[in-house]
Amino acid sequence: MSMQWLGWLVAFPALMSLLVAACGRWPNVRESVSVATAALLFAGIALFIDPVTSGERPSLTLFEVLPGIGLTFTLEPLGLLFALVASGLWPLTTIYAAGYMRGNEEHAQTRFFVCFALAISAAIGIAFSGNLLTLFIFYEMLTLSTYPLVTHHGDVESRNGGRVYLGILLTTSIGFFLPAIIITYLITGSITFDEAGLFGEAGLGVLGAGALYALFLYGTGKAALMPFHRWLPAAMVAPTPVSALLHAVAVVKAGVFIVLKLTVYVFGVQFLADTGASELMMWVAAFTVLGASLIAMTRDNLKARLAYSTVSQLSYIVLGATMASSFGILGGGMHIAMHAFAKITLFFCAGAIYTATHRKYVSELDGLGYAMPITFTAFFIASVSLIGIPPMGGIWSKWYLMEGAADSGHTAIIMVLALSSLLNIVYLLEIPTRAFFHNPRPDTPRSWHEAPWACVIPLSITAAGCIVWFFYPLPFLTLLAPWAP
Amino acid sequence: MIEAFFAQMPALVIVLPLLAAPICVLLHRGGPSWFVYLLTTWACFALAFLLFVQVKIGGPISYAMGGWAPPFGIELRLDALNTVVLLLVTGIAAISSVYAKASVAAEIASERAYLFYAALLLCFCGLAGITVTGDAFNLFVFLEISSLSSYALIAMGSKRRALLSAFQYLIMGTIGGTFLLIGIGFLYMMTGSLNMADIASRLPAVADTRTVEAGLAFIVVGTSLKFALFPVHVWLPNAYTYAPSSVSAFIAATATKVAVYALMRFLFTVFGAAYAFDQLPLGEVLLVLSVAAMLSGSMAAIFQTDVKRLLAWSSIAQIGYIVMGFALASSAGVSASVVHMVNHGLIKGALFMAVGAMFWRLRTISLNDIAGLGRQMPITSAAFVVAGLSLIGVPATGGFISKWVLLEAVMEPGHYWLAAAILVSSLMALIYIGRVVEALYFRERPEGQPPVGEAPVLMLTATWTLVLANIVLGLYATPLIGAAERAARAVLGAGS
Repeated sequence: MSMQWLGWLVAFPALMSLLVAACGRWPNVRESVSVATAALLFAGIALFIDPVTSGERPSLTLFEVLPGIGLTFTLEPLGLLFALVASGLWPLTTIYAAGYMRGNEEHAQTRFFVCFALAISAAIGIAFSGNLLTLFIFYEMLTLSTYPLVTHHGDVESRNGGRVYLGILLTTSIGFFLPAIIITYLITGSITFDEAGLFGEAGLGVLGAGALYALFLYGTGKAALMPFHRWLPAAMVAPTPVSALLHAVAVVKAGVFIVLKLTVYVFGVQFLADTGASELMMWVAAFTVLGASLIAMTRDNLKARLAYSTVSQLSYIVLGATMASSFGILGGGMHIAMHAFAKITLFFCAGAIYTATHRKYVSELDGLGYAMPITFTAFFIASVSLIGIPPMGGIWSKWYLMEGAADSGHTAIIMVLALSSLLNIVYLLEIPTRAFFHNPRPDTPRSWHEAPWACVIPLSITAAGCIVWFFYPLPFLTLLAPWAP
Repeated sequence: MIEAFFAQMPALVIVLPLLAAPICVLLHRGGPSWFVYLLTTWACFALAFLLFVQVKIGGPISYAMGGWAPPFGIELRLDALNTVVLLLVTGIAAISSVYAKASVAAEIASERAYLFYAALLLCFCGLAGITVTGDAFNLFVFLEISSLSSYALIAMGSKRRALLSAFQYLIMGTIGGTFLLIGIGFLYMMTGSLNMADIASRLPAVADTRTVEAGLAFIVVGTSLKFALFPVHVWLPNAYTYAPSSVSAFIAATATKVAVYALMRFLFTVFGAAYAFDQLPLGEVLLVLSVAAMLSGSMAAIFQTDVKRLLAWSSIAQIGYIVMGFALASSAGVSASVVHMVNHGLIKGALFMAVGAMFWRLRTISLNDIAGLGRQMPITSAAFVVAGLSLIGVPATGGFISKWVLLEAVMEPGHYWLAAAILVSSLMALIYIGRVVEALYFRERPEGQPPVGEAPVLMLTATWTLVLANIVLGLYATPLIGAAERAARAVLGAGS
């Protein structure tokens, strides 16, 4: 496999965004280009599955940004998993977005699809990055390219949402992440990801390592650890396809992917297990899991409720990283994929409901299930997967996370995970329950009233995915084999 | 023939603009004068590039002015530090000359345009002279040439307030120049020499006298006035705000950097780092002032409603970054200073040019009046956004590289509180740039304002040249950092 491929795969969506922009006048051509780009990107990344699972680590350095520090791409299993998830869900989202944007007669659709492609480019760049500088460059590119998407409507509400979004993400990254990178560089003389970790012989004490780890994790604002989580609910002013792919998959998963990557390739799982340096952040994550669930219960706005649910679920993955056990990494990696499928389905459903009925509050959904049976069934399936009950894929990640907690001797974390499942039941299952079992309001349609097919088909596919991954979790287990028992 | 030309290059950088200025006056017309200005600056840019390469390959160049051997005659001396500064000054001058034509035509009365270009050439000549000279008194002369011409340039601004701000600058600038002269006079008194290298070799014998210490103090305060270090910065916001757009862009990007360079030259080459920073507590004083400049400048910028004034306050903060670097007196610190001099020159040049393009259309530049311009002047607005991101220090821009090397330099000796100040100031930049961006993209055009189109092609070309330079230097910073490290070695000696 040619190494140049790595660079082209990162650049490909960005280059195609020019073509998308050029086709702005013909929406059908424009969306076809987007879908084709997305499918090709996925296929191109999938070509790397075999080499990477057989132990290869393809690497490419384009040029030196700073003396001795290049713009470097290196592919490893976690990055490949994240890239596959993000690029695999992109074609579906594009189809969905075409239905949604036209169904709601949104303005500036060309800008929307261009920024979308740029954001995917940045996400792939993060997935492939071979050192912390490359990672940081694409991390900020992802923040900036999604800003026009968050503020798409251009009104006061979206301007304020955009302020919080950019404010928190840039403050944490420049204020915490950048100094953390430079401290790492000064201590170890390297910022290149290494399977053995970088701090092995640096003689960093528990306090120093713990503080640096905290600086990194809070610097990764996209992982939405409390109290730096407010940007995610704020980002919900964006059109729903953005919330679905970017704020349930690409952007937030980039955050937790970075947490896993830092844990494995900068600090090293063994180092953290030996020193216990990640313990503090584990409790922060546990607090976020429960706190965000509790807030989610109080939210009537459907997208806000889902956003807080995302904040909570992201911390599952952070928990997996911080418990410093290879089961935790396996569970966290699995959860990147499982949560992606479940949460994108939920957002697709929220958008479909809005497109069909212009309703966005949970309390307005009473009895809507008979008018939108496919949507609410999909919603139910995805909710069950998030809760972690068979026969949905979500059980696997929760299983390995609990095993990791037991393995590392943190029984309290098992309790946290179990309690969180209960909370999930309360705030997620309320929605299909209302739709199917409550008496409809007078103005609620009784007969078939689904959103356009371009919206309904993608959400059915992702919901089906939730079931498939229960019976067939092998692809993820193969990818994450280095951390499997 | 070619050798003879190469040998004369250091002098040509000063002589060309000095001759071109009276030619402009003789031409007596704006158009041809602009052409002379354009040719001169580009020729000097080419010369600066050749000198840069020559010094990189062959080491420092010494040129005896008029054939009078130093230390008696005036010596021009080029090393790894000032060739970088010279490249920045001539580069910005060359690019802003492309920009100037339309801007000057709109802002300066046509019967006075030739005088404007003559003054601009003199100012450029003064800045280039400060950079290349190796003679302390000669440095003062060039400083006055650049200062006097810049008073005239600022006074030509289109608002009446321009006169007042030029006068304010005149008073402060003259005090600064006088202090510098007194300081040089003290050094002359003690060493009997005006050649920098010669003074440096004679100083250790008399270093412990009150006179030399006072001389150092006068030089530090005098140059600080010229580059507007907190708390002697009050002249700068008015001067930048009311100056004609092309002057703001040129001066903001170069004049303060050249004054900083002059201070670095005195501290490191004449007095020596050991004397200024180890024997005297100058480092601590400058570090405190630089932090105060960064925080107060950024804070003031947040509350401005005039975009040019906002950028001027931001410059005061950015000067703090540059001073902080060399105040560490370490190799990493000095090279961080040089890197940020170049990057900030490119950033501020681009920002002032973008703002000048908006001014060219609207004749005003307050936040309320530029509201909604993002759709009507998309190319200009995008230039402002990208250069603004560079100012904040977003990766893949020059500003990020500056921040990286500066953070590295301050954290290496464990000054974490300085690192915190840098980061806080960067985040404040996010707020004030964000205010402009929100005005451009999220607000409607004011009631009753006719729609406007883009700025002229030449203005856009110049602006985007600087913007792209920012991105190139952000992605491929290795050559700039290499040059800055050579500069640090040149002034600190090979040992450090």
